[in-house]
Amino acid sequence: MAKSKSNLEVGRRKFLSRVAVAGAASAIPAVSQATTPVVKPATALPPSAAQMTAEFGAPSDQLAEATPKVVGQACHASDFMVDVLKTLNIDHVFSNPGSSFLGLHESIVNYGGNTKPDFITAMHEESAAAMANGYYKAAGKPAATLAHSTVGLQHAAMGIYNAWCDRVPMINMLGNTLDLTKRAGGNDWRHSAQDPVGMVRDFIKWDDQPTTLQGFAESMVHGYKIAMTPPMEPIAIVVDSELQEEVHADRSTLVIPKYTPSVPPAGEAGAVKETARLLVQAERPVIIVDRMARSENGMKLMIELAELLTCPVLDLNSRQNLPNMHFLNQNGQRGPLISNADVVLGIEVTDFWGQVNQFARGETLGRRRVKADAKLITIGVADVYMKSNYQDFQRYAPVDISISGDGEATLPALIEAVKSALSNERKSALAMRADGFRKKHADAYEASRQAAALGWDSSPVSTSRLCMDLWQVIKDEDWALVSVGASAAFFSNWPHRLWNIDRHYRFLGFGAGGGVGYGLPAAVGAAMANKALGRFSVNIQCDGDFMYANGALWTAAHHRVPLLTVMHNNRAYGQETMLIQGVANRRERGIENSKIGTEIDNPPINYAKLAEGMGVWSAGPILDPADLAPALKRAVAVVKKGLPALVDVVTQTR
Amino acid sequence: MARLLVIGFVLGATAIASAAEPSVKRGRDLYMNVGCYLCHGTEGQGSGAGLKLTPDPLPAEAIANFIRNTDPTTPSFAAMPSYSEKVLSDADVADIAAFLASIPAPKSPDSIPALKDLKPGK
Ligand code: HEC
Repeated sequence: MAKSKSNLEVGRRKFLSRVAVAGAASAIPAVSQATTPVVKPATALPPSAAQMTAEFGAPSDQLAEATPKVVGQACHASDFMVDVLKTLNIDHVFSNPGSSFLGLHESIVNYGGNTKPDFITAMHEESAAAMANGYYKAAGKPAATLAHSTVGLQHAAMGIYNAWCDRVPMINMLGNTLDLTKRAGGNDWRHSAQDPVGMVRDFIKWDDQPTTLQGFAESMVHGYKIAMTPPMEPIAIVVDSELQEEVHADRSTLVIPKYTPSVPPAGEAGAVKETARLLVQAERPVIIVDRMARSENGMKLMIELAELLTCPVLDLNSRQNLPNMHFLNQNGQRGPLISNADVVLGIEVTDFWGQVNQFARGETLGRRRVKADAKLITIGVADVYMKSNYQDFQRYAPVDISISGDGEATLPALIEAVKSALSNERKSALAMRADGFRKKHADAYEASRQAAALGWDSSPVSTSRLCMDLWQVIKDEDWALVSVGASAAFFSNWPHRLWNIDRHYRFLGFGAGGGVGYGLPAAVGAAMANKALGRFSVNIQCDGDFMYANGALWTAAHHRVPLLTVMHNNRAYGQETMLIQGVANRRERGIENSKIGTEIDNPPINYAKLAEGMGVWSAGPILDPADLAPALKRAVAVVKKGLPALVDVVTQTR
Repeated sequence: MARLLVIGFVLGATAIASAAEPSVKRGRDLYMNVGCYLCHGTEGQGSGAGLKLTPDPLPAEAIANFIRNTDPTTPSFAAMPSYSEKVLSDADVADIAAFLASIPAPKSPDSIPALKDLKPGK
């Protein structure tokens, strides 16, 4: 990809235009000398992770006027843009440098002092988007990305799609040169579009292409608010390259509008009451929950609801909604709980149909897994959805009560309604269920512990050994498993089976769109948030995913991001190997060829060396399981010094 | 469930006639080459994608009955692929069974420090 304008014409044009700007600037010394923002970050900030819930509860108390008080001074347009980013409390701009946003880039690093936001060098725009995705899930507030016009956004698209499917807000900015008379030849044209956001519009919530500075400020705040209103999603703002380089005559005429977070919509009171009634009466209720807890409060509410009703919960784990060691977390009992249920409540479950139906090859309608008379209830903001092309909304689910409301925001009312509907006798009757669930939970745990011992000394290293030796070295830290790539099933879900995942930030879900290349950069973005929060970040990294985006490791080294990455290096696209084998078996064509196209071997990749080459401490490749624990200990010491470390482990397939 | 099904087949199954003694080494090579290890682990320990086959592996007849009669309607990513006789002969299966039977008994989790003192929590 040719990113910078290489031809001399362009260089000369840019050089001359800079002279012109300098001339204009020299007439306005206050601007050219400015190294600190003219506007103090306003107090009308979006919620930090800790403030989130409080602010959602009482937004109007928290807000102050964000209008700058400075009068009469000229300013570089992109300096003002940095003021807007600061006002929105954006900590990082994840980006790969490009010539369509030179003005903004320069303002971030010089005018803004490269702090809040700082410019984080990603080595691919898809990684930049994945970093912003991971960052949001750890920090609870959005970061920005900055992409180089057409080519940068095409690269970013997959990362944005993962965020879309994950209901993750992010502020995507991209350069573009709208006015054709301002473009030199060649790449200036290739890197411009009438409607650059068009290609991702199906999987972002909103976008704008402001043509004035005032428009930029309003669209940024507006976009931020839209992104942060459930269902939270990415938005995009085109930042015109010429606009960035303008000099605005009077800074005092520009206003950054105040940001007022939307109070997330809670479910309608009558429907919530009816749901409570059904749950209280149910003999075999089950709650299925997915993208509900965006804060510690979400987890607290989930515990309270489950305990009030002594109701088993199936946590689909796109967020950690209920501690895995809570006795009502009954993930191991999924099949029987659903098929025996008389009431099933789904909270922020994207594919509710898939939970209550079974679908087999060759069937059209699927088979209902729940009993015919079971009452089905959903709470979530899925129906507030408004895009139709990409099919991530899943199959239509016929239910008995469908509550349009944010899960976390609706739980307090649901809990109160359950309390009102629950007589003391009924409460005691429901509590009788507890022992059965405690036993099932303990049995499942013990079965997993027994299973973990099988193949303990095998080489390649078993995934249970990988995860449990890792657990030993992190369990006394304030740890967070920030990324597992597309699925923790790739290593047989050992962390959820045997670790103690007791806080909502300890597990941040998956690459939700299933786009490979999420794992490492998302981990780096999340680890940046955790660095500020004093948490120890761990990433279990699949090899196929790593090779999509290994430049993220250099980003971690360059920006000194403490992150422990442990390779699950099974030297294959394991899932695809299995699937191809299944097809070959069905067609009875022999299965020896299933490795063609699916192995990542011959030659094997040495991830430790790759890491070392990018300035990251590393150990491995480890084939002898006895070498694992000592290597992990050394790696933890490196991470505790504030640096990234990678341990390459050659593993069993799953 | 799967195991009940297998046992059902075993009762009705005729013993697989195998002229030669099953070969552990050939069984191991087959187990690796035809992909059993992908889902069941190199030591038959099982994984999220396939049940454990060891310790106490099923006899060859039961394995053959199982792998020839897997449920073709299970979604492909959760399924045990079926292996017809054309893909894997009874003699091949007998060798795989011999390999599985040769795998030493696993350690007890209580003898492994990383697994010994785990607690399920509240
Ligand atoms: C793609 C993954 C996959 C592969 C490859 C695979 N299996 Fe399986 N296997 C499974 C799954 C899943 C089950 C459980 C199926 C069920 O319960 O219906 C299973 C079950 C079994 C069982 C029954 C175990 C029990 O205790 O009930 C046997 C025996 C078995 N597999 C043997 C084999 C052999 C031998 C091979 C290689 C020739 C093989 N499998 C390859 C996934 C796989």
